[in-house]
Amino acid sequence: MLRLEGVSKRFGGLVATDGVSLEVAQGEVHALIGPNGAGKTTLIGQISGTLPPDSGEIFFEDKRITKVPPHARVAVGLARSHQITSIFRRFSVLDNLALAVQARSGSSFSFWKPVAKETALFDEARSIADEVGLSDRTDATAGNLAHGEQRALEVGLALATRPKLVLLDEPMAGMGPEESQRMIALIERIRSRVTVLLVEHDMDAVFRLAGRISVLVSGRIIATDVPGKIKSNEEVRRAYLGDEVAA
Amino acid sequence: MLFLLAAGLTLVFGIMDMINLAHGSLYMLGAFLASTFVALTGSFTAGVLLAIPATAILGMALEVTVLRTLYERDHLSQVLATFALILILNEVVRLVWGSDAALPMPAALSGPVELLPGLPYPAYRLVIIAVGLFIAVILYLLVAKTKIGMLVRAGASNREMALAMGVNIKLLFTLVFGAGAALCAVAGAMLAPLFAVQVGMGENILILAFVVIVIGGIGSIRGALVGAVLVGVVDTIGRAFLPLLFGLVFQPRVASAAGPAIASVSIYLLMAVILYFKPKGLFPARG
Amino acid sequence: MKKNILLIIVLAAFPLVMQAADNLFYVSFASRVMIYAIAATSLNLALGYGGMISFGHAAFVGTGAYVASICIAEGVTSAWIGWPAAIAASALAAWAIGAVSLRTRGVYFIMITLAFAQMMFYLVNSMKAYGGDEGLTLPQRASNLGNEVAFYYVVLCLLAATIFLLYRLINSRFGRVIVAIRENEARAVAVGYPVFRYQLACFVIAGAAAGLAGALLASHGKYVNPNVLHWSQSGTLMIMVILGGVGRLWGGAIGAAVLLGLEHLIAEHPIAWLAALLPNYQQHANLGVGLVLLAIVLFAPQGIAGLLAKEKHAAA
Repeated sequence: MLRLEGVSKRFGGLVATDGVSLEVAQGEVHALIGPNGAGKTTLIGQISGTLPPDSGEIFFEDKRITKVPPHARVAVGLARSHQITSIFRRFSVLDNLALAVQARSGSSFSFWKPVAKETALFDEARSIADEVGLSDRTDATAGNLAHGEQRALEVGLALATRPKLVLLDEPMAGMGPEESQRMIALIERIRSRVTVLLVEHDMDAVFRLAGRISVLVSGRIIATDVPGKIKSNEEVRRAYLGDEVAA
Repeated sequence: MLFLLAAGLTLVFGIMDMINLAHGSLYMLGAFLASTFVALTGSFTAGVLLAIPATAILGMALEVTVLRTLYERDHLSQVLATFALILILNEVVRLVWGSDAALPMPAALSGPVELLPGLPYPAYRLVIIAVGLFIAVILYLLVAKTKIGMLVRAGASNREMALAMGVNIKLLFTLVFGAGAALCAVAGAMLAPLFAVQVGMGENILILAFVVIVIGGIGSIRGALVGAVLVGVVDTIGRAFLPLLFGLVFQPRVASAAGPAIASVSIYLLMAVILYFKPKGLFPARG
Repeated sequence: MKKNILLIIVLAAFPLVMQAADNLFYVSFASRVMIYAIAATSLNLALGYGGMISFGHAAFVGTGAYVASICIAEGVTSAWIGWPAAIAASALAAWAIGAVSLRTRGVYFIMITLAFAQMMFYLVNSMKAYGGDEGLTLPQRASNLGNEVAFYYVVLCLLAATIFLLYRLINSRFGRVIVAIRENEARAVAVGYPVFRYQLACFVIAGAAAGLAGALLASHGKYVNPNVLHWSQSGTLMIMVILGGVGRLWGGAIGAAVLLGLEHLIAEHPIAWLAALLPNYQQHANLGVGLVLLAIVLFAPQGIAGLLAKEKHAAA
C-alpha cells in the first residue's frame, strides 16, 4: 500500500534519511524501530508530506505522492499522529474529533449554516471517542486532559479522517504501563480496518503488535523481517536491541 | 545607514523572537539626544559619540522594564505593545523637545569631494558610507569571531538550545538590545543633518528597516547587509529609471503620473517577489 | 436575545431623540462610530478569529473609500453602484495581497501586509487626477443621503447586517475551520484542510467588509485622502479590536465606540487638574492612548468584551 524508494533527506551536513526503501503491505501492522536519532520522525515527516525529501519517491496505492501536499495526502487516506501531541487545545474533545470528521465530509466553505445542527458529524465524533476510550471525556477541554488521554485524542484525530493507512509516531510516548496497555488494545481493535505503520520505542508493544518490523539506524534500513527473525538478527542486536529486550 | 537599523532589528528579532516596532523610536531618540549633545558641546563628533551610550542606556532601561514581559507573549501582543510604545515615546519626545530639533551638518563636511575627476560627491554622504562600512566590519568580526558573537548567533538560530546550555539569557538579551539601540543612535545622529529631526521620523524608516530584514532573512546580519544594499540600489534605480521607462512605453500623461508612483513602490515589489519565492528571506538564520 | 433587542431599540430611537433636541452633531458622530465599528469588526474577523495579524487592513478601507469616491466624482452617484463597486475592489485587493502574503508566516506576514499597505498609500498619493496628497472632496454623499438621520439608519442597518453575518460565519463550518487553523495550523493541515485556501477566503471577506466601511466613510465626510491608507490607521483599527476584545463578536464595535468616544470626550471636556499639570495635554492625547493600550496588552488582553464575559461567568 505504501512504498518508499530511495528516499533521502539531509540537513546541512547531517544525513537524516539515507536512501530508504520500504514497503508496507495492506492490512499489516508494520513497526519501525531504531535508536534515538536514527531518523524515524524525519522519515514520518516525509511520508506525511510535511518534509519534502531531497531525492527518492513515495507511492501510496501505486500512485506517486512525493510532491503531493500534506492535506491532500489525508484526502487520499494517509493520516498521521504526532510524537509531540498536537491537538486543538482550546476546543473540547468532541469538537476536536468533529473537526477532523468535518474535513472529509463535504466542503467547509459553508458560511451560513450553524455547525451545531449537523448531528451526523457529532455522532461520528462520538463513536471515535468511544473507540479511543474517551467516551466520558467528550466535553472536556482538550488542553485539560491527562497526558495519556491526550495521546489517545491524538490517535483519535488521525482515525477520524477515516484513513486507509495511519502513521502512528510513538503513540505510547510518556505513558505508564496501564495507559500503554490501553493503547495496545486500541491498535489491536483498529488493525482490521486500517493499515498501520507504527514507530515505537516500547519493545513490548512492538513485538506484540507487529506483523513485520523494519529497523532504522543512522537513516538507513538495516533489516526488515518478522519479529522472531529481527530479534535474532545479529546486526540489529548490535545496533539497537542488545540491551532493550530480554532475549 | 539603513543597514545599521536593520542589523539591530534583525538581532533583536532573531534572538529574542520579538517584534519591536519601537525600534524606530530609538532611532528618533538617538537623533534628538545627539542634537542636544551637539548643542551642549559645540562639537558634532562629541555630540554623536555621547548620544550613542545615552540611547543605549535608555534602550536597555526600556528592555528591562517593559519589553521583558513581552518575550513570552504572542506576536500580536508584541506588535500592539510596541506600537503603544511608539505612541508614548513620540509624545514624550514632543513634550521634552518639541516637535522637532535642529542638527546642522558640520561645516567641515558639507562640501563636495571629488571622487573621480569630474564626479563630485557630497563629503558627508561619503562619511556616512564609511562609518556604515566600518561598523559593518566590526559587527561581522564581533559576531563571527568572538565568543559573544557565537552566543548571539547560537541564540538567533535556536534559542531553546542556548538556554539549555546555560547561557545567561537575561543579560545577553539586555546587552543585545543595548547594542541595537546604539546602532539606532549612530544611524539617527548621522542621518539627522540630511533629513529633518522630527517626531515621527522613526516610523518611516522603520518600515524600510523591516522590509530590509524580511528580504535578508530574520536573524542574519549578512542578510541585513545584503538586504540594505539591495533595497538601496533598487530604490535608486527605480526612482531614476522607471519614470523614464514608462515614458518610453506609455503616453506622456500616463507616464508622468504612474512613473513616480511605481518608483516609490519598487522596493515593495522587490520584497513581494523575494518573499514569493523564499518566504523566509534570502538568508534565514533559522532553518 | 433580550439584550440585543433592547440595544436595537435604543440605537433606533437615538437619532429621533436627537433630532427632536435639534442636535444633529451627535447623530453624525454616531454614524462615524458605527462606520468604524464595521471596519474594526472586519479586522476582528481576520485577526481575532483568523489569527492573521494584518497590519495593512487600512489599505482595504482606503480602497473602498477611494473607489466609492471616484464613482461619485465621475458622476455615478448611486450608492447601489458605488458601494458594491467599493466592496468588489477591496475584495480584489485583499485577494491579490493575501495570495502573496499568506505564503508567509509570523512576522513576515505582518511586515508584508504592512509593506503592501504602504505601497497602496504611495500609489494613491500619486494619483494627481483624484487629489493626490490633498485628497478629494466630494460634491455629495452617495445617493444623496445628505439627511443625517437617514444616513444614520442606513449605516445602522449595514452594521447590524455585518455583525449578524459575522455571527453566522463564526458558527458555520467555515468559522470552525478558521478558528482551528488559528489554534493549531499544523494540526489543521494534518487533519486534511487546505489551510491556504481557507485563510485567503477569510482575508478576502474581511477585506470586502473593510471596503464597505471605507465607502461609507467617504460618503460620511464627503472627503477622502491618502491618510486613510496610512499604516497608523491600521494601528488604530488594531487598537479598537484589542480594546473591544479580540475574537469576540462585539469586539470591533465596542472598541470603536470606546476609542472614538474617549477621543471626543477628551477633546471636548477639559480636565482641570490635568490642564494645570500639562497645559497642552489635549495635543498629547496619543500619550494616553499609548498608555491605555500598553496597559491592556499587559494586563487585560481579552479586551472589554472579555472582561464583561468574565464578570458574567463569575456572577453565574
